[in-house]
Amino acid sequence: MIAILDYGSGNLRSALKAFQNTGKNVVVTSEVEVAKSAQALVIPGVGAFSACMASLNKVQAKEIIAHRVSNQLPIFGICVGLQVLFSESQESSEQKPESGLGVWPNKVVRLSNPILPHMGWNTVQAGQGSKLFNGLNQEKFYFVHSYAVIEPAGQVSSWCDYGQKFLAAVEDGPIVATQFHPEKSGKAGLKLISNWVDSL
Amino acid sequence: MTLCVRIIPCLDVDAGRVVKGVNFKNLADAGDPVEMASLYSAEGADEITFLDISASANNAPTTLDVVRKTAEQVFIPLTVGGGVRSVEDVDKLLRAGADKISINTAALNRPELISEIAQRFGQQVLVLSVDARRAATESGFEVTTHGGKVSAGLDAITWIKQASQLGIGEILLNSMDADGTKSGFDLQMIKAVRSVTSVPLIASGGAGKLEDFEAALVAGANALLAASVFHFGTFKIIDVKNFLSNRGYPMRLESNS
Repeated sequence: MIAILDYGSGNLRSALKAFQNTGKNVVVTSEVEVAKSAQALVIPGVGAFSACMASLNKVQAKEIIAHRVSNQLPIFGICVGLQVLFSESQESSEQKPESGLGVWPNKVVRLSNPILPHMGWNTVQAGQGSKLFNGLNQEKFYFVHSYAVIEPAGQVSSWCDYGQKFLAAVEDGPIVATQFHPEKSGKAGLKLISNWVDSL
Repeated sequence: MTLCVRIIPCLDVDAGRVVKGVNFKNLADAGDPVEMASLYSAEGADEITFLDISASANNAPTTLDVVRKTAEQVFIPLTVGGGVRSVEDVDKLLRAGADKISINTAALNRPELISEIAQRFGQQVLVLSVDARRAATESGFEVTTHGGKVSAGLDAITWIKQASQLGIGEILLNSMDADGTKSGFDLQMIKAVRSVTSVPLIASGGAGKLEDFEAALVAGANALLAASVFHFGTFKIIDVKNFLSNRGYPMRLESNS
């Protein structure tokens, strides 16, 4: 069973439908025990980093993630759901960055392109050995964000370019995350989701 | 590797039915917004926009139902506008499966609504829709309401500057002079707006031939929205994409069928 963590973040319905498309049993939940023990956990995320962290704290996400990481249980973070897995974000302040869940050590920083948010379809260069992008190298995915990580993380880093290179996806054993929205990325997105589900 | 220009078909929906010049022979029900959205997605649309033009607020449940059904089968971004007046309206639409919400009159009546929505859901969900026309205001463009019939008594560039500070994700700029004329986008208007905002700009109104789309991009648009040229089959989405791709613009040429 795949659980989608509901912490009050925007559009969960598209994520639910896209993951259900694989034929898997998918539930939307905010219950700690369900989120801890599910075969796989999806952390969606839209909106501001600090608002997401505040909502995540309300559903004890720190405890959930720590449990899953130490037991090597699969997690899939999407968009801000990727960003919160890093150690800190400069979104609310450059001087006083806000702490994330700290699965990976890097910082989430503001993109330098003059037109923000980075909104629309962009090409992803799949990292060497990527399972997530199996059959999907150089495909286009849908992005909506102004902040990103610009250093490699985990075991496999995949990249996108919007005036500067930034992390489009991270694969770190059972913990994966994408800066783009696979549930909104048409056929390529559904294929990526099914690649992930096949790996479970 | 660079961000693609988005091509966005817009569907006007009244009481759960697509209205205004839809002429598709290969559809069982060309009035069904869900079927239309699926078709456009399969034909390569980068996003879909629904504009609820129902006169009555009683149609809100119908719109939610349309959004719900569309989100079940169309896996590209969906923007919904028309009749959005409060944070609660936005919440309901997002929960039904919309990704972005466009607001227009309600923001003019109460600009704080922009920051209220941005604080709750993030500014990326908010598309500021501006119906503008040429007029003797400071910038030469004014904001209108009621589909371009009534002046809002506000300079368009002043309004866009103000709204940008309150927190919007992008701007949908509709030229009410060019709308329906098929004589090209209002390029001066696009240039004027581009010069005062750093969010993505969607140009709308006036597309009649393929060259018009390129001219709007040169003027500063990041995305292009059109209704009748697609509905009437003047050209297909892929025609626009191939044309712009041949001119050197990055386009997403894969379809979703």
